[in-house]
Amino acid sequence: MDVLFDILGSANFWAAAIRIATPLIFGVLGALICERAGVLNLGIEGIFVAGAMTGWLAVYLGAGLWGGVLIAAFAGALFGLLHAFLTVILGLSQHVSGIGITLLATSVSYFTYRTALPDVSSPPRIAAFQPVSIPGLSDLPFIGPALFQQTPLTFLALVFVALVALVLYRTPLGLAIRAVGDNPASVEAQGLSVVGLRVGAVVVGSALMALGGAFLTMSAFDAFFFGMVNGRGWICIALVVFASWQPGKALLGALLFGAFDAFQIRLQAQIGQVVPGQVFLMMPYLLSIVALILVARRADYPRALLQPWTKGQRH
Amino acid sequence: MTIRLEPREDAGLGLKIGVSLAAGLVALLLVAIPVLFAGGSPLTAYGLMIQGAFGSMFAFSETLNRATPLILTGLACAVAFRAKLWNIGAEGQLYIGALAAVCIGSGLLQLPPALMIPTVMIAGFLAGGLMMVIPTVIKQRFGADEVVITLLLNFVVILFIQMLVEGPLKDPLSMGWPQSVPLLAEAKLPKLLPRLRMHWGLIVGLVAALVLWLMVRKTVLGFEIRAVGENKAAARFAGIPVDATMLKVALISGGLAGLAGVGEVAGVKGYLSSDLSPGFGYSGIVVAMLAGLSPIGTVIAALFVAAVFVGADSMSRATGISSYIADLVVALSLLCVLVGSFFLRFRVKWDRQSVVA
Repeated sequence: MDVLFDILGSANFWAAAIRIATPLIFGVLGALICERAGVLNLGIEGIFVAGAMTGWLAVYLGAGLWGGVLIAAFAGALFGLLHAFLTVILGLSQHVSGIGITLLATSVSYFTYRTALPDVSSPPRIAAFQPVSIPGLSDLPFIGPALFQQTPLTFLALVFVALVALVLYRTPLGLAIRAVGDNPASVEAQGLSVVGLRVGAVVVGSALMALGGAFLTMSAFDAFFFGMVNGRGWICIALVVFASWQPGKALLGALLFGAFDAFQIRLQAQIGQVVPGQVFLMMPYLLSIVALILVARRADYPRALLQPWTKGQRH
Repeated sequence: MTIRLEPREDAGLGLKIGVSLAAGLVALLLVAIPVLFAGGSPLTAYGLMIQGAFGSMFAFSETLNRATPLILTGLACAVAFRAKLWNIGAEGQLYIGALAAVCIGSGLLQLPPALMIPTVMIAGFLAGGLMMVIPTVIKQRFGADEVVITLLLNFVVILFIQMLVEGPLKDPLSMGWPQSVPLLAEAKLPKLLPRLRMHWGLIVGLVAALVLWLMVRKTVLGFEIRAVGENKAAARFAGIPVDATMLKVALISGGLAGLAGVGEVAGVKGYLSSDLSPGFGYSGIVVAMLAGLSPIGTVIAALFVAAVFVGADSMSRATGISSYIADLVVALSLLCVLVGSFFLRFRVKWDRQSVVA
C-alpha cells in the first residue's frame, strides 16, 4: 500500500499522467468529431504515424516547431480528405477505407522517412518543445509541477477540449454536426449540406489526430521511430465509446488512461523483478478492451454512424 | 452533359475480376510517383520487381513461400468479412496458432510425423480459432465492437509471445536471442522441393481455399454465412441461427489464421519468435478485399501481394529504393479495390444531352 501512496502522492506522477494523456486527448477528440458526424475513422492509427513523421521531418529540415505542428495537421487533414471522399462522397465502407488509410498513411510515412534519411542508423533528433511554466500557477505547491509545467502542445490539447465542447454544444455548427451523425435527413431538411458537414468534420478530426502523433515526435520524444504509435490510435477509438462521444468525458477518459499508464510504469520499477515487463506493457490494450466491454451495452452510438448518405435520400 | 448513377442488381464475375485486376494495376502505376520521388526510374523498378518475384525458380519459390501465409490469412479475412464479422485480428491469431504448434510440437508429444503434423495443425487451428471466438462472444454478450477488440488483441498477443520467448519458452541454446525452443523434426512440414524454402503449408493453403469454396457454395453453413452477411435481421427471421453461425465463422476464420502461423513455424522458421510475421495478418485483409472475398480469388490475390513484397525486396537491394514501396502498393491496392467496389454497385451513365431540371 505504501508503494501506491508514494506513487499517487508525487506531483511527478501526475505530470507524467497528463503527458501520456496528451496524444490520446488529441486522438479521442479527433475521432469524436468524425464519429459525431457519422463517420468512423479507422485511419486514425496511420494518421498518428503521418502526423508524427511529417511534423518531425519538417522541423528536422528547418521549419519552426509550430510550423511543424501546422504541417502535421495539414498531413492529417489530407488523409482525412481522402477518407471523406471515399466514405462520404462515394459512400464506401468506412471500415475498409479506414484500414486502407491506416496502411497508406503508415507506409507513406515510413517510405518518406527512409527516402529522406537513407543513411541514418540511429534516429536523428530535433530540438523538441520544452515544458513551459505558467507564471504564478506553476509555483503552486503540488498542483503547479503536476499541471502547469507541461509542453505547449499539452496546453493546446486542453484548449481544444474546451473549444470542441463549445462548438459542439453552443453553436449552430455544433448542432448541425451532431444532427448529421444522428439524423442526417433533418439536417438536409434545413437546407444544410450533409456531405459538406461530414467532409468538414472528418478533415478537422483527422487534423487533430495528426497533432496527437506530432506530440509524440515533437514533445514526448525528439525523434521518429518505426512503430512508435504502437496502437495509440486504436486505443482512442475505444476511448471514444468509453467517453460516450462527449469532449469532457473524453478528457477524463484520456487522463484516467494516462494515470493508469504512468502508474504501471512506476509499479514496474518497483516490482518489475517479479513480473515480466510485457505484463505491464499489455495493460493499456487490455484496459481499453475492458473499458469497451463495460460501456458497450449502454453506449449511445451516433445513430447514423457508418451509414452513408445520398442527397435527397428518404428513410 | 451529366453523369447518372444507376444501381446494379448484381455485378457479373467478369466485372468483379476486372475491378480487382484494375485495382492492382492502378496501385502499381501509382507507386511510380514515390519511385520518382526516391530518384529511381519507375520502369527499371518494375522490371527489377518482376524479375525479383518471378525471374528464376528461386525467385518464384520465394514468392510462393511468401504467398503461403497470405493465402491462409486472406481466407481468414474473406470468410469472416462475408459474414460481416470484422476480423482485423488475423495477426494475433497467426501468432497464437504458431504458439500452439510450438507448445505441442517441441517435445510435449512424441509422435511419428504422420500423426505429429496433423496434431500440430489441429492445435494451431483450434488455438487461432479460439482467439477469434473470444471477441465474437464478447460482441454477442456485451455488444462490444469486434473491430477494435481484435485490433487491440493483436498488440496483447505480440507482447504475450515476447514474454514467453524471453521466459518459459526460451531456447537455452539460442545464445540469448529471444526465440522459443525449436520444433521436433517430426513436427516440421516437409519442403516441396529440395534446396527451396517452399513447404507443404502451400498445399494446405490451396486445399483450404478449395474446401472453403465448396463450403460457401454447396453446404448449409455456406448458405447461412452468406445469408447472415447479407442481412442479419432477415436471416434471423428466416430461422437461421445467427449467433451460432457467427461463432462457426469465427472459429474457421481464426483457425485459418492460426494455420498460417503453424506454417511459418513448422515450415519456415522452426521456432517461434515475436518477429515471425511481418504483418501477414494485416496484408490478409488486403488479399481478401482484392479477391472480392472469393476463396479461389484469394489464392491469386495472395500471389500478387507476395510477388509485390518479394519483388520489392529484390528491387530495393538493387536500387536502394526503400522496400516500404511494397507496403505502399498493398495499401493503394486496398483503396483502389474499394473505389472499384463503387463501380460494382453502380453503373455510371454519361448523358450527352443536358437535362433541363
